[in-house]
Amino acid sequence: MLIIDCPWCGARPEIEFRYGGEAHIARPADPAAMSDQEWADFLYNRTNPKGLHAERWRHIHGCGRYFNAVRDTVSDFFVTTYKAGEPRPDIGESGK
Amino acid sequence: MAETASMAETAAIGAPRAAYPLDALALGARSIEAARLTALGPAARLAFRGREAAIQAAGEAFGVALPREANRRHTADGRHALWLGPDEWMLLAPGADPAPLFAAIEAATAGLPHALVDVSARSVTIEVAGPKAAYVLNQGNPLDLSIEAFPVGSATRTLFHKAEIVLSRIAPDIFHVDVWRSFAPYVWQMLEDGRRELA
Repeated sequence: MLIIDCPWCGARPEIEFRYGGEAHIARPADPAAMSDQEWADFLYNRTNPKGLHAERWRHIHGCGRYFNAVRDTVSDFFVTTYKAGEPRPDIGESGK
Repeated sequence: MAETASMAETAAIGAPRAAYPLDALALGARSIEAARLTALGPAARLAFRGREAAIQAAGEAFGVALPREANRRHTADGRHALWLGPDEWMLLAPGADPAPLFAAIEAATAGLPHALVDVSARSVTIEVAGPKAAYVLNQGNPLDLSIEAFPVGSATRTLFHKAEIVLSRIAPDIFHVDVWRSFAPYVWQMLEDGRRELA
């Protein structure tokens, strides 16, 4: 079983977690000023990298908190996890 | 077997079965010393969520300081405060009336941002006790329940098979499983399934 490090609870089994999509996507401050294409990019278009990917996870059957993780989408290896609101650790770029 | 069935029938007559979903199952439970199952009685359960200012006030009003360390339980005078999240606790008082507790905590935290909800009727508690208690729980839960990794005083929300539970270690070989009432018969029967080989 995959073990995921919750920043609050420590190492826990993967079945306690839910995936939450790509991390660090901020809602635009003024959606009305955006073109339809820009708005569609915000809503739907994701980087979908092969390699390191910063993404949101939720420890839903534990502390209930959202946090961020950097995972390698090729090997499913969790490089690191960090609390929501903290910047993405500098450990390589997505899409490599 | 016939005797067990008749005991269950006796319990059903005139008894408010809906009030306590495990009554009939508990009557039919076999005695297995390695992992004993007990349905514990009603308790006051309050879900408390709050920010820094309200946390200490709530703890003082409840009589148990809320633990600030992840997945810990504090106990005083038979009352428990369980850390469930960085801003979330379950306040548990077995056998107590929730109304005065609720009023006392609301009074102490008046004006401070917080949420307090009486969830006493939401869940029931099953005690799993005996030298094989952790072994039985591990049939449906992947956490490391060794005494080093999950010492006495640990408490956490987790899963037992497909049901969400709050698991708390009371003593080295005593665990409390708090489970939502509609899931309680499922969890009880899966615990029975897990300890069948120990009979």
